Amino acid sequence: MSGSASSVFFGLTTMAYILAMVLYIGYLAFRKKAIGLVATAVTIAGFVSQTLAILLRWKDFYDIGQMGWLRAVPLTNLYESLIFFVWCLILAYLVIEYKYKTRTFGAFITPVAALVLGFIDLSGMSKNIQPLVPALQSNWLLAHVMMSFISYSMFAVSFSTGLMYLIVRTEKRSEPAYIFWTVMLSIFIIVLCAMGLDYLTFKLSVKSQEELIKSFLFKATFRSSSSGVAVASYAIAAGLTFVIWRFGGVLKRLVTGFNMSAETLDEITYRSIAMGFPIFTLGGLIFGAIWADQAWGKYWTWDPKETWSLITWFFYAFYLHSRLMRGWRGKKVAMVAVLGFIAVIFTYLGVNLLLSGLHSYGSQ
Amino acid sequence: MENEKKKSVIDWVWDLFASVKFAVVIFTVIALTSMVGTIVEQNVEPEKNLKVLAKMFGESAAPTLYGILDKLGFMDMYHSWWFVTFLLLFAANLVICSLDRLPRILKHVKEKIHPMSEEYIERMSIRKTVSIKGKPAGLTEQAAAAIGKIGFRPGRSETEKGVQFYAEKGNFTRLGVYITHLSILVILSGAIIGVYFGFGAFLNLPEGQTTSVAYTNRGTEVPLGFEVRCDNFEVDYYGETDMPKAYKSWLTVFKNGKEVAHKVISVNDPLTYEGITFYQSSFGSLPDAMDRGVVVLNLVSRDGKNEQVNTRVGGTFTMPGTAVTGKITNFSPALSFDESGRPFTYDQNVSNPAIYVEFSGEGGKPFAGWIFKRFPQTWNLPDGSRVEFKDFWGVQYTGLQVRRDPGVLLVYLGCIFMAIGLYITFFMSHKRLWVSLVEEKGSTKVLIGATANKNRASFEKDIEKLAGLLDEARKGGK
Repeated sequence: MSGSASSVFFGLTTMAYILAMVLYIGYLAFRKKAIGLVATAVTIAGFVSQTLAILLRWKDFYDIGQMGWLRAVPLTNLYESLIFFVWCLILAYLVIEYKYKTRTFGAFITPVAALVLGFIDLSGMSKNIQPLVPALQSNWLLAHVMMSFISYSMFAVSFSTGLMYLIVRTEKRSEPAYIFWTVMLSIFIIVLCAMGLDYLTFKLSVKSQEELIKSFLFKATFRSSSSGVAVASYAIAAGLTFVIWRFGGVLKRLVTGFNMSAETLDEITYRSIAMGFPIFTLGGLIFGAIWADQAWGKYWTWDPKETWSLITWFFYAFYLHSRLMRGWRGKKVAMVAVLGFIAVIFTYLGVNLLLSGLHSYGSQ
Repeated sequence: MENEKKKSVIDWVWDLFASVKFAVVIFTVIALTSMVGTIVEQNVEPEKNLKVLAKMFGESAAPTLYGILDKLGFMDMYHSWWFVTFLLLFAANLVICSLDRLPRILKHVKEKIHPMSEEYIERMSIRKTVSIKGKPAGLTEQAAAAIGKIGFRPGRSETEKGVQFYAEKGNFTRLGVYITHLSILVILSGAIIGVYFGFGAFLNLPEGQTTSVAYTNRGTEVPLGFEVRCDNFEVDYYGETDMPKAYKSWLTVFKNGKEVAHKVISVNDPLTYEGITFYQSSFGSLPDAMDRGVVVLNLVSRDGKNEQVNTRVGGTFTMPGTAVTGKITNFSPALSFDESGRPFTYDQNVSNPAIYVEFSGEGGKPFAGWIFKRFPQTWNLPDGSRVEFKDFWGVQYTGLQVRRDPGVLLVYLGCIFMAIGLYITFFMSHKRLWVSLVEEKGSTKVLIGATANKNRASFEKDIEKLAGLLDEARKGGK
């Protein structure tokens, strides 16, 4: 049946992106053009397979729901939205690779894609097609969710180029911008590792991903019932941060070795935000408000998801305006771009997993 | 700029509000304070937030912290005086920075493009030179046509050594930012109108009942100015699950005793009458009404005669054209069978109603069994006749959100402005170009200079195209 066909294609996609990740990193290390070409080919193959998988799932959903194509869009739970996010991200990356004729980003973007798809498989989140609750049965669903995720992937691109910009542009270890990016990178890695440990430790005792995060977040490390483990976790986290801070220069040599000019990175950061911001405003905030008005009679209720979208919006408004201020171009705005994406992650995942609200259906 | 004169307080305040720095400070303040309200749940009973605070800061600190946060208005922070003040400062900042910059921008917009000297063109951010055989006079037509092809209508001026064309497009796009800023003000004013002249209330209306008031969250009555009746309420489920697919209410509106409106509403499809809108929001059952609930049955005899009857739990009915009678002796709002086949009620909501009917009369074996509303296969009787369980009416209420918001039109208008403003700001630009044809040793030097205030890359492509077109003109114009 097509249901299994779509999961076969999803499996192929995951493998393709993992392979592409290896190839892009290999390309970065060995600088052989042939490796780069194969990496691009594998990424495109993965992208085509993912597109097919999404379309097949869309068809399955349509067959089950019987509510028309527009309402059968497979974007109604965490699993589907993560898949679509990866799809947008890869599309954005392929456009950048084509436009800027560089494959360096591949080594930064494909790991994100592979990591997200791996996270889906490891966490065992529900992949079932779930029928729509009445509130989601609206034609706004397609426009609102799709545009939100397109903007999220734009912001993800600006996050990675912003971070790379900081890596390239910082010199001294005492510089605030240097400390900022090393600490950000450390937190990113530490949170991922800590969540991975939570999963490995507690996966047998919980029923759902949501429960795992709600009740066991950092319970295996920082919030462990054994104070020894907790203290050791903090010590390891501090140690890791120190190592990244001490040897951040290695990353800089890696990125600069690929003649990624700081100007190009700054330009891509700006351009992806300049694309993402209007799409986010229209699709995320405005369409969301119109839909809420039609469904509940309230276009704005300050529920956590809405509030966090607004916070994200203010972060990027900050970014766009700070470029107009004297002395803010360069490192400072790059830091704002990085922080903006952290707000995006919280809007997307944090609110659903940690806070409650009208959007909580997205957490299954 | 160093200003010798001492600035007055008003100037100082004006400059502060007009500065980008003040804008980003306001952004930050609103963003950071907003975060608190997503962690501390808004407008809930104190226990909930005490629990959250105890989890984060420990049992002992929670009550004190709660007290402080409560005093500061954090339990309903988005309506607190200080948060509203931030929003007003944000609005003031938008107004003042727009007024401050508008004259300069308007000058840019109104300013007509005029010819430029060659030296000036050569210093422009986008430039291109093409050399073409023949005198400038013979090339002017082609040059004008080529400029027209990339979407500009050029002006023309004669120079000492030849001809210059100049053109511009999108002057008004410099106003895009102001449209966006204005749209925020429009949305905020719509929101204020909504707060002062609108209301939000709810209504739990049982099937068959009529009301002329709704209730606020605090329980006070809000008169509607007309009456509304819930004629019927239905839930559709996905297959055999208890997952609602849709829920609908049949509403009728009466004004001065006359029926004036009727609509079947569902989630995402409300009813509006005289500015008041009824949204389908929830539903529930009325446990006390179960005995009085009307059981609607459609009885179909073996030979196809059918008859609709309304009865009750405990009531009896006769199959059409026969002497067989049925008596409803038991009932469940949500019936299921356990592993050993014993019936049990799994929910107090009317999610899977079933009646137990005992049949008797006209010889044959007496028959008794459960008949489900949601499962037609249980409607068939052993003797070939059928009891269709159509409805169990009067036992549910429909939960409605009732709102009036006269500001919502302004909010929508603001949203449209914002979409237009953002599109202009991010995807359009003020483009200007100059094409100078100069005679040089018997041939013509074509000097192209161009500027764009944004999106230079795409304009550069247009200029490339223009140079290409002029190059072709050389071949055609021999």
